[in-house]
Amino acid sequence: MRLLRDARVRGGLIQIALLAAVACVILWIANNTAQNLSERGIRTGWDFLDRPARFPISESVLPYDPQDSFLWAYVVGLGNTLWISALAIFGATVLGLGVGLAGRSSNPLLGGLGAGYVTVMRNLPLIVQLLFWYALATAAFPAPRAAWEPIPGVFLTQRGIFLPALPAAQLALAVALGLVAAMLLRRWRAVGGVAVFAATLILTGATVEVPELRGFTFRGGIGLSPEFAALMLGIILYTAAFVGEIIRGGIDAVAKGQWEAGRALGLTDRTTLRRIILPQALRVIIPPMTSQYLSTVKNTTLALAVGYPELGLVVNTVINQTGQAIESLLILLGVFLTISLSVSLLMNWYNARMAIVVR
Amino acid sequence: MEHIAARPAPAKPPAPILRILFGDAVSALITVGVIGLIVMMLPVLDWAVFDAVWQGDAEACRAGGACWAYIHDKARLILFGIYPPDQQWRPVVVIVLILAMVVASLSPRFWNAGLALLWGGAIAVMLVLMKGGVFGMVDVPTAKWGGLPVTLLLAVLSLGMGFPLAVLLALGRQSNLPVVKGISVCVIELVRGLPLIGLLFVAAILLPLLLPSDWTIDKLGRTVAALTIFAAAYLAEVLRGGLQGLGKGQAEAAQGLGISYWKMVWHIILPQAIQKVIPPLTNTAIVMVKNTSLVMIVGVFDMLGAGRAAAGDPAWPAPFTETYLFVAAVYFAICFGISVYARWLERGVKRKSYA
Repeated sequence: MRLLRDARVRGGLIQIALLAAVACVILWIANNTAQNLSERGIRTGWDFLDRPARFPISESVLPYDPQDSFLWAYVVGLGNTLWISALAIFGATVLGLGVGLAGRSSNPLLGGLGAGYVTVMRNLPLIVQLLFWYALATAAFPAPRAAWEPIPGVFLTQRGIFLPALPAAQLALAVALGLVAAMLLRRWRAVGGVAVFAATLILTGATVEVPELRGFTFRGGIGLSPEFAALMLGIILYTAAFVGEIIRGGIDAVAKGQWEAGRALGLTDRTTLRRIILPQALRVIIPPMTSQYLSTVKNTTLALAVGYPELGLVVNTVINQTGQAIESLLILLGVFLTISLSVSLLMNWYNARMAIVVR
Repeated sequence: MEHIAARPAPAKPPAPILRILFGDAVSALITVGVIGLIVMMLPVLDWAVFDAVWQGDAEACRAGGACWAYIHDKARLILFGIYPPDQQWRPVVVIVLILAMVVASLSPRFWNAGLALLWGGAIAVMLVLMKGGVFGMVDVPTAKWGGLPVTLLLAVLSLGMGFPLAVLLALGRQSNLPVVKGISVCVIELVRGLPLIGLLFVAAILLPLLLPSDWTIDKLGRTVAALTIFAAAYLAEVLRGGLQGLGKGQAEAAQGLGISYWKMVWHIILPQAIQKVIPPLTNTAIVMVKNTSLVMIVGVFDMLGAGRAAAGDPAWPAPFTETYLFVAAVYFAICFGISVYARWLERGVKRKSYA
């Protein structure tokens, strides 16, 4: 009895019991699974990955053909997931910056607009918003023949949204040269970069390609499917509200005295912002922003609701086609765990580096 | 030397509204821009109000404008799904019960073990009411449950069962025992690293394979399990913040007084830790209410699923937009209500701790 009262002995016993319980549960599950699989005659194993997938994927960043293997179908799904994640994060950050600054505006109209936007977006489920935009994009938009043209060259139709585009090669060259110019310049970086960008486009003779109605749909330019357009619009509008709140909180967290101190030292407002305010605000902003980005990546799985073929939809299709649920779900869970855990590790490293050293 | 109290700064006279809105070029530009944006949105108002069809049948709705007549016609289907119409007083009672329980739990003064027991009893009554099969009520299988009661039950059940689990996980994560700590960290990080859809798939597709074949847990039960573990992991991280903010002194003082571990947790640690994290806790509650809508993807008919099914009726001109707006309005009322309550609660806590 006295042994049991010793905290260390008791702790040890508790841990052994817990480990044994966990092991039992795992064994029990494994046993059940084996029995269920043999009873229902479900095939297991990873050899299906090499077989041709034989189902279509409506759109993808990576090239895909139904004759490709299941493995490649997963890779294509993952590619789409990463692509829409990157676009959503970029779009939400830009819009969120606007929302956050609007919320801090001294203009009551703009401030109210920012606050109202955040309230509405944060209190509605993302999936409802996605379905709403998808319903608008498919049911409310007209057929291609009667397309709406709100801005010249931009066409809204049931079959998707069509935008004018620049030829990809020239655009890439112009962006690259513009970035190089911005990096080389010491002053007027933004203006210089844009000037070089524009000059490259004009000198290479790039012409804007406007979509044209041919037959039942538009050709040329950039065509966005209703699924893609609804997904992007919904996820960016939703995430921007959260990003806006994070940015607003970060700027508010820097004491007002920091601005005043900067001015008292004779620094310009721009220098104060860049050298004093932003570094401190970023320290507050970056951790919640990372978890927001991570949940955005996880939120892309809601694309299932509107039928955009990201990893979740591909996994769902494969399960319906092959019945290999265990393997498919393991892939889905493994991919997201890898992304989440590696970002978490990166964040811990960053936080340790950025932490204010208290002496 | 005599101390002279600092005089308060003279109050600034409020600037006239026109100066605020049009004081300089930038704010004038912003004001004009915002007003322009509002004007651009006016056609939406036309669609939603002036051209809308408020009453009538499917034929009247072909005119364009919002078809609110459809919502009027299908409100029962959206709110209660395919629950047998002659039995729909039961889900109505369930909704009223949930609202009554929520109102009864609003004031922190009533938060005690008795209230928790009352909630347990109320939920049991709700489940019996929904399921029936006793006291002369017709048995309604869970596959026929739908609409708002399912949404509310999923939220209440996942948060209610997730919370005790979250307390254990959060305490486990703080534990000195490496195995306890390891298991807690693994569960929390694993669940938080996965999208909820992934967990729902596991519950809907995989769980029947992992359990003995003679166990038949229906889909709704499995969905609740997935939502519960999801809520638990997120609540545990919130609680961890409260536990870390508490300082070691409290636990050490309790140990010094010879108070046992669980008594210390119940009477000293938890009340203080929870009070510290009320804002993020209510935030998690809002997130979970919103998350219940994902169950639609695995084929459970919550309010969103019921609305989507209702809008598919070919007799009407595909009023999906109106349906989602209606469903969104209900979600907004719930979530906004929680956030208003959270602000009120926070003010009360602040007042108390400064008194």
